[in-house]
Amino acid sequence: MIDGGALAGATVRRRLLVWVPIFGAVAFLAIIGAPLIGTTPIRLDRVFDRSLPFADNVDAQIFFIARLPRALAGALVGATLAAAGVVFQALLRNPLATPFTLGVSAGSALGAMLAITFRLHLSFWGVSAVTAASFIGSIGAVAIVYALARARHRGFSTNVLLLAGVTLNSFFSALILFVQYLADSSEAMRTMRWLMGDLDVAGFGPIVASLPLCAAALVAFAWLPRALNLLSLDADAAASRGVNVLRVQRVAFFSASMATGAAVSLGGPIGFIGIIVPHLVRLIVGADHRVVLPASALFGAAFLVACDVLARTAMAPVEVPVGIITALIGGPFFLWLLVRQR
Amino acid sequence: MLRADNLTFVHGGAPKPTPGVVSPNTTDNRSGSACQALPGVQGVSLSVERGSVVGLLGPNGSGKTTLLRLLAGMLEPASGTVSLDGRPIAKMDARARARRIAVVPQETHLAFDYTVLEIALMGRYPHLGVFELEGPRDVQIARDALAATGTSALERRLFATLSGGEKQRVVIASALAQQADILLLDEPTASLDVGYQFEIANLLGRLNKARGLTIVVATHDLNFAAGLCQSLVLVSEGRVVNAGPTNDTLTSLNIQALYGVVADVYPHHAAGHLTVVPLRKVNRD
Repeated sequence: MIDGGALAGATVRRRLLVWVPIFGAVAFLAIIGAPLIGTTPIRLDRVFDRSLPFADNVDAQIFFIARLPRALAGALVGATLAAAGVVFQALLRNPLATPFTLGVSAGSALGAMLAITFRLHLSFWGVSAVTAASFIGSIGAVAIVYALARARHRGFSTNVLLLAGVTLNSFFSALILFVQYLADSSEAMRTMRWLMGDLDVAGFGPIVASLPLCAAALVAFAWLPRALNLLSLDADAAASRGVNVLRVQRVAFFSASMATGAAVSLGGPIGFIGIIVPHLVRLIVGADHRVVLPASALFGAAFLVACDVLARTAMAPVEVPVGIITALIGGPFFLWLLVRQR
Repeated sequence: MLRADNLTFVHGGAPKPTPGVVSPNTTDNRSGSACQALPGVQGVSLSVERGSVVGLLGPNGSGKTTLLRLLAGMLEPASGTVSLDGRPIAKMDARARARRIAVVPQETHLAFDYTVLEIALMGRYPHLGVFELEGPRDVQIARDALAATGTSALERRLFATLSGGEKQRVVIASALAQQADILLLDEPTASLDVGYQFEIANLLGRLNKARGLTIVVATHDLNFAAGLCQSLVLVSEGRVVNAGPTNDTLTSLNIQALYGVVADVYPHHAAGHLTVVPLRKVNRD
């Protein structure tokens, strides 16, 4: 790998034109390919066989009804968590900051848990109560991180950040266990699976429910990358170049919380996507956020879909929650990054 | 002309670059200095003529950095105004201001591995729209800036792999790519050895002569200031205690009042400027 990624000397326009289609193709192949793999093998040509009516086409039914929603959920959650990871990292100038390590995922999960346990099935403006509660949880966690980051005494070091994340994680986990303890046992098994990270969505409904927040967050992200480049140098350096630092930080914190909330409400607090994906992507495309952000979203989609295929097939017919797979990959990866950091 | 009128910024840990701004930092406590309590300034007035090189001298904590930030519009004064060619900079759009005034911070630490060219291109920020990508013209301007600072050969290197002097020159190149006519530098030679100090002084002198850049530089290095600056502003405890042409301002008396150091100041013929030799420490005043 050359310094600054392949195509280091090329303009951003060229790098976007090369990398976005490549990562886009990878994501597309993952979404189309994943439903073909499973205990009942199906074939793509039969899925799209027009001579059979849909009602008689078993392959098409398995593809579209049983497996495609799950692949799409994986893609949406993976893209959103990876992009949120990129934004948190730039914002806190810390390559180890992610929704998961900051405790934002856990806050979000607590919100969603409360909504699930107390059976809030309301929906307003197309956003379900679970998604909304999940978003409120992530905003709460981010507010705590934000307050810590604003603390005047001394800079905000990696140590403080990671310790705060660990603390928030175990604090929210304790609350989640408490809520679970109060809930009846039939509900407990269901929420337990969800807490481990699970993309087994029943149909397209849940995807549609979390889509508005995901989409809003991704649109907000599109506005950020140039300012994130400068912010990741230094808030002062950014201000001196004409970045409206306060506004960018607010939009970034808010939209990243929104993204985390939406993703967690759909797939549970799946860990480490926000750290593995951006790091691999930076190795390939360099550090410029205008390329890193879209490439991470696309690669995040492909990555989580692939992890989910592994989760479904590794111990078939038993399905492992996908969060366990990402944690098995992400844990060691995170430790390696921590050791490698100067 | 850059002018400060009766600027006051209150001391006491109330840094408000913009209230609520997070300035976390991973590597040390200096780069994210917005977190720290900045020394205040009181009733500071000064003017910087177009095309001049002005040095800000003063002991640690005297308010030099605060003053630079106020001049750059990065801090809002509690009272007083900073104006650029008669227009208050507080009323200027942040990007419009950045097209006129560029800032070189004391040290730059990156959280991510940007290349040298990418750093230089970041100077183009105030010239581009939100979704606009740098065109060939911007790349050319960034490359010219690298050439002007003698760092063209480093273009593809990662910033983190450079030496201190190289880093400082690349950061200056990034400020040049901003194409502002006023350059504010905060102790640009603080962590550099004498060879690099010399290089930076030469570079700044050249930029002033060849491009007519107006330069304001805060520094602790009296000989650096003597060689580079046409006029000096002496700052102590947040107030301007003296200001004027370098030859009239850089005197033994003023140095003793400012730093509590007895120093010999004499014109050095080979160097072509005043030279300061510190002799001993005494109590101030």
